[in-house]
Amino acid sequence: MSVLVVLEQRGGKWNRQSFEALAVGQRMAEAASTNLQAVAMGGSVDALAREAAAYGADKVIALEHPLLNEYTPDGYTAALEQLIRDINPTTVVFPHTYQVRDFGPKLATRLGQPFVSDVVDIRVESGHPVFVRQLFQGKMNADVEGAGAPALLSVQAGAFRAAQAGSSASPIERFEAKIDPGQVRSRPEAPFREGQRSIDLGAAEMIVSVGRGIGEKENLGLVEQLAEALGAELAASRPICDSGWLPMERQVGSSGQTVSPKVYVAVGISGAIQHLVGMKGSKTVVAINKDESAPIFESADYGIVGDLFEVLPALIEEIKKVKA
Amino acid sequence: MKIIVSVKQVPARDSALRVNDDGSWLDQSDLTYEMNEPDAYALEEALQLKEKLGGEVVVLCAGPQRVQQTIREALAKGADRAIHVEMDEGAYGDALAVGRILANALQPESPDLVLTGLQSDDMGYGQTGVILAELLGYAHATIVMEVEPAGDSVRVKRELEDGWYQNVVLPLPAVLTIQSGIKKLRYATLMGIKKAKAKEIRVISAARVEAGTSIERVYLPQKSKQSQIFSGEPKQAAQQLVEKLRFEARVL
Ligand SMILES: Cc1cc2nc3c(=O)[nH]c(=O)nc-3n(C[C@H](O)[C@H](O)[C@H](O)COP(=O)(O)OP(=O)(O)OC[C@H]3O[C@@H](n4cnc5c(N)ncnc54)[C@H](O)[C@@H]3O)c2cc1C
Repeated sequence: MSVLVVLEQRGGKWNRQSFEALAVGQRMAEAASTNLQAVAMGGSVDALAREAAAYGADKVIALEHPLLNEYTPDGYTAALEQLIRDINPTTVVFPHTYQVRDFGPKLATRLGQPFVSDVVDIRVESGHPVFVRQLFQGKMNADVEGAGAPALLSVQAGAFRAAQAGSSASPIERFEAKIDPGQVRSRPEAPFREGQRSIDLGAAEMIVSVGRGIGEKENLGLVEQLAEALGAELAASRPICDSGWLPMERQVGSSGQTVSPKVYVAVGISGAIQHLVGMKGSKTVVAINKDESAPIFESADYGIVGDLFEVLPALIEEIKKVKA
Repeated sequence: MKIIVSVKQVPARDSALRVNDDGSWLDQSDLTYEMNEPDAYALEEALQLKEKLGGEVVVLCAGPQRVQQTIREALAKGADRAIHVEMDEGAYGDALAVGRILANALQPESPDLVLTGLQSDDMGYGQTGVILAELLGYAHATIVMEVEPAGDSVRVKRELEDGWYQNVVLPLPAVLTIQSGIKKLRYATLMGIKKAKAKEIRVISAARVEAGTSIERVYLPQKSKQSQIFSGEPKQAAQQLVEKLRFEARVL
């Protein structure tokens, strides 16, 4: 009996979300008075396993195979299926990353289990875990039960405080997985970035960020005026960049830039998690949205509930007044 | 090339969401519905592939009677025919249960490609495509931005985190989950709407499957952060905000 945490690395570096998953694993192991194992997987993971051993697991499992050198859903699923069947954990915890989105549900289906994805909170009620997930892009929460055994879950980025490295080192054990090259059907090519970024929003002190609430490209002038009045850089949510209204390099979020300005003003942005992860390091967050239940207000220090087409002109005027 | 697009009908993005009396789900009386946005992009990709390579686009959609409106929309945009897996309102279970129902309907079609949106705007599981691939024994790729079929394989551009991308080659048949925003969506033309009326919608009943997890309760998230919200007249709210930014946050 144990709780297993599947850590994620790319190119020999740990994805920091792994340690948030590890903290959740710790909590679940404590609640069930069972031990905690963490698995490091890849082509060669010696150094990574040693690093992970400082984070308080009872055991770190090194799962190495030449076919795990590059991530493929087939390779990862085959290897983890064997490990899980071998150690028979009660719970398996993953970080909710793009990679886990890619193979987690496949692995769960292989095991005949549901995959409780993107969990933001966990309660234990009369001995059973209740997992909290978000619905409607964060507008609603749901309590989910009946995940069975092993319960397979992934945890949302930033929802749990990460485990910290300590001074003790967990023992490291090897696990041999058999993967046949014929099992791995996809052929991944080298990852790449597109074009050079000419704007580093990461260094900006003030950012005005615009979302789909702006309605039309022609209305962008209004947020440009606000940015100008504040002396702020202009940024946007993904749909604005997808539509080509602003260049891709101004996109904030999990697939765009990560920013941490002194002030981040979100105009007509709902606050989906993929946007929030890119701006949650901002010191002061201001949200302007006509929907008082928009999730962005949850992350805001100050908010104005109202129609941006009425609020922005008033705000621009006020700012000009105090700056004059 | 035979392409199946699995689409879902979800509450419209600007719906007012109210929890029902016993807290078990939403009050459905005041909901309007639309095609799940990422699925609309999956459909668009399928239609463009068909225009380039020929073949057939089949729409697969599970849900109660109301989803036929979404199916009609897909047919009006250019899909050739549809399969409607009839299910009772609310009786959805988890992603694996729905995946099994969809896989059952899909299997006899033997498609070359299956496209779905990368997640639904209501449940947000982001799992259906991946589960379908595993149940059908197909290869898959998620968060796909570009699709280039070449003979018996397909090369796709996947999105990774932080602005990274990766091309991956998969053998056919394959399941791809499509990212929102990758193409410009078409509108249904009047001609398309007219033609859709003559297109086949095969209604089949859902396979009986067991759901693993259940949603016990839905509720509005509790505010954890102390936010100061101004909701008065725009001018007054703007003054209050500027005051806070000057004297409390000290950034102006
Ligand atoms: C794998 C993946 C990666 C992603 N990466 C990113 C990313 O990097 N960055 C990103 O931003 N998103 C990303 N997304 C998309 C994300 O999930 C959301 O869909 C997106 O952030 C929504 O953008 P939005 O808030 O502008 O639009 P919406 O969610 O449509 O919100 C618009 C908001 O405007 C408000 N509004 C409308 N009219 C007015 C008005 N007149 N006045 C005031 N308010 C108004 C509405 O109330 C609403 O809250 C990603 C999604 C996935 C699945």
